[in-house]
Amino acid sequence: MSIAITTQIICFSVLSLVILIGAIGVVLLESIVYSAFLLGGVFMSVAGLYLLLNASFVAAAQVLVYVGAVNVLIIFAIMLVNKKEDLKPISDIKSRRIISTSICLTLLSLLIRVDLTNVWTLSSPQNSIGEESTIRIGEHLFSDYLLPFEVASVLLLMAMIGAIVLARRDVMSKDISTGLPVDQELIEKSSEPLLTNKN
Amino acid sequence: MEYGLDLEYSFNEFLKGFGLSSEIAHIIWLPLPMLLVLIAAVVGVLVTVWLERKISAAAQQRIGPEYAGALGVLQPIADGLKLLVKEDIIPAKADGILFTAGPILVLVPVILSWLIVPFGQNLLISNVGIGIFLWIALSSIQPIGLLMSGYASNNKYSLLGGLRAAAQSISYEIPLALSVLAIVLMTNSLSTVDIVNQQSGAGILSWNIWRQPVGFIVFWICALAECERLPFDLPEAEEELVAGYQTEYAGMKFALFYLGSYINLILSALLVSILYLGGWGFPIPVELIAKFLNLPINAPFIQVFTASIGIVMTVLKAYLLVFIAILLRWTTPRVRIDQLLDLGWKFLLPISLANLLITAGLKLAFPQFFGG
Repeated sequence: MSIAITTQIICFSVLSLVILIGAIGVVLLESIVYSAFLLGGVFMSVAGLYLLLNASFVAAAQVLVYVGAVNVLIIFAIMLVNKKEDLKPISDIKSRRIISTSICLTLLSLLIRVDLTNVWTLSSPQNSIGEESTIRIGEHLFSDYLLPFEVASVLLLMAMIGAIVLARRDVMSKDISTGLPVDQELIEKSSEPLLTNKN
Repeated sequence: MEYGLDLEYSFNEFLKGFGLSSEIAHIIWLPLPMLLVLIAAVVGVLVTVWLERKISAAAQQRIGPEYAGALGVLQPIADGLKLLVKEDIIPAKADGILFTAGPILVLVPVILSWLIVPFGQNLLISNVGIGIFLWIALSSIQPIGLLMSGYASNNKYSLLGGLRAAAQSISYEIPLALSVLAIVLMTNSLSTVDIVNQQSGAGILSWNIWRQPVGFIVFWICALAECERLPFDLPEAEEELVAGYQTEYAGMKFALFYLGSYINLILSALLVSILYLGGWGFPIPVELIAKFLNLPINAPFIQVFTASIGIVMTVLKAYLLVFIAILLRWTTPRVRIDQLLDLGWKFLLPISLANLLITAGLKLAFPQFFGG
């Protein structure tokens, strides 16, 4: 066994351990802040797996999008609204747990089925693209995957317009959440938080 | 690689001469450039701290440090030693794990980004294909560390500082990436070595700053904002937030933040010089000088000479930019947080988008000047 293969196996086992333990921690930890930070760790380890698979561009994109944007946004949201209060006990917790467990098990069986039926072996090791993958991804995005690419951009545009409408209440004459006429003075001065319930 | 020093190859050949296999030679080689770059980064920080003290003194008509070594050059080392031996304090109500992990998460991505900084054709740790994109991706990890330390300190000033830092770094990442994208568009490659080589045609005339003046200014402003340097040092604005997310930190953990911010400043200056100022290129192409003096470009002596000129040029350009950054810090007032976000979202973002569009158009119209 050469040194390169040994390193690869060590890296793979460490990364998968971190992903598994981290993901379980994200679900089971009581503190939502710890969960959010662990989620960042899981995303990083997934990027590490991509690196091991020779897909450096995908790995960097994973870090940029998931760690640098999604996870930061999640943490940001948690920190802005983080109130130290105990979660309310839910009455029908048992049936909810059964439903969520069954959904998760179904998803897991689906994944296992994909794993078993798919042919994973490459026809030859020379077929891996490696450093050229950036160019190939670009070519695919602008040829056979053009429609999903453009649809995704429309989706992002919609999200952006939604965010602007939510942020700039002064363009609306009525408050979206309550239906009351908007007090323009209040918005200008912002004397109380705009997102509090008015009832 | 047709020309240029290849230290790795010669080193491996040298070790193979002792009967070692190429794999073991490679493993012995691997830590050497990393160690060298780490040392370079730390020494760079010491130099920058000294410069900052001296230039700020000059800007305020003081003398600055003068007793520690000649002209006070040993002052940063004294500072570092002081931080090293100070007591490590974790506040009683702070979150110990996150409090410790925060500074590490801030420093590690910055040091990792040095992976792609070239000082010559082969004088970089790794010429990875995704090059400059790696830096953009890595620098997006930093806000997590800042938020982490801001939250873990259990202090309202720290939390506000962390939130501000994250907001600032998210808003300025986008124009930064867009102006890098314009360069990448002209180079047809993400690799930093290719970006420098594309500018090396006619010396100073072919530097990207002439073709991307808007991109240069946008990139520099965004880089300063990402480093939290003074016109944009809101996360640690002393008058408002004590010291922002660093408030509760002392000793070595504070030193990690300090190191991180200065390494980041030098890294940004290096990247500006690579992206816009021709990297290791001499203002007059070295090949022309060699031809003029009738010297063979591939002779070992000339190779060593050009490599050292390359290193000197890269460091010189970077420190020129560091000097400008320090001067800016001590002569400009701080912007307000709403002005900061307005500048990022309403001014730099549209400008960098327009710059990208115009670059793409010019590339189609004049492929010989803007990269075909």
